[in-house]
Amino acid sequence: MEIPYIVEARPDTGLHNGKLGIWLFLASEVMLFGALFSTYILLRVGAPEWPHGELSVPLGTVNTIILIASSVTMVMAWASLKLNDWGKHRLYLGLTFVLALVFLINKYFEYSEHFGKGEGPWHSTFFAIYFTLTGLHGLHIVGGMIVMAYFLGPGAKLWKKNPDQFANRIEATGLYWHFVDLVWIFLFPVLYLL
Amino acid sequence: MHADPAEVKKSVRSYITVFVMLMVFTVITVAAASFHFAVPLAITIALVIATMKGSMVAGVFMHLSHEKQLIYGALLLTFMFFVMLLFLPVLAYMDRVKY
Repeated sequence: MEIPYIVEARPDTGLHNGKLGIWLFLASEVMLFGALFSTYILLRVGAPEWPHGELSVPLGTVNTIILIASSVTMVMAWASLKLNDWGKHRLYLGLTFVLALVFLINKYFEYSEHFGKGEGPWHSTFFAIYFTLTGLHGLHIVGGMIVMAYFLGPGAKLWKKNPDQFANRIEATGLYWHFVDLVWIFLFPVLYLL
Repeated sequence: MHADPAEVKKSVRSYITVFVMLMVFTVITVAAASFHFAVPLAITIALVIATMKGSMVAGVFMHLSHEKQLIYGALLLTFMFFVMLLFLPVLAYMDRVKY
C-alpha cells in the first residue's frame, strides 16, 4: 500500500505529511529545551552567586562556528538535490557529518578537562545545568549524525527510485539540524559568556 | 525534481550571505562579552544578538520566511507556551516563603 502525501502536498494543509510531522516534532523540542532554559533561569536567579569564566570561550566559539558552518553545508546538500547535482549533495552531506563529528570531539575534550578537575555535574549548580543542557544538545547532535549516516549509506538508494521523496527527507533532516544549531546559538552566550 | 534552478541559485546566494552575517554576529557576541558590561546590559546584548542570529537561521535556512499558514499557526502556539515556560520562574519567585 502506498503512503499518501509523502511527495505531493495535502490539499487541506498545503504541505506534505513529512514536513508537517517534522515541524510538530520541533515544536515539542522547543518545549523540551524551553523547560530546561526555564530551569536555568530559576537556578541562576535563586543562586547567591553565579560563577563566571568556568568554561573555555575559545573552544565554545570554535564550536559555534563549526555548527553554523554545518548548517550551511546541510542547506547546500538540500539545494544541490534541487539542482540535480548528486555529487555535490554527497559532498555537502558528508561535510555536515564531519563538522558534527568535530563538534563532538571538541566537546569530548571540554568534558574531559572538567571531569579531570573534578568538575562534574555534582560539583555545583552551574555545572549541573551546564552538563544537562549541553549533554542533551550533544545527544541531539548524535541523533542527527545517525540520520545523516543513513542517508549517506543505505538510505541513498531512494534517490534513484524516488528523487522527490529523497529530497523531502533531506529537507526534514535539515530542519532538524538547523534547530540543533539554533539551540546552540542560545546555549553559547547563556553558558559561556554571561 | 521540480525546482527552478535560477530560484535555487538565488537561495544559495542568500545562504552564503546569512552564513557571513552569522559569523560576524558571533564575533560581535564574543567581543561584547570581553567588555564586561553590567550583568543586565550584558544579558540584553547577548540575547538580542542570539535572537537575531536565531531569526536568520529560522527565516532563511529553515525557510520560515515563506512557509505555509499551518506551520506559522503551530509555531505561534508553541511560542506562546514557550514564553509561559520562561515566566514560570517568576511565579516560583513570587511564591517563595517569606521569613
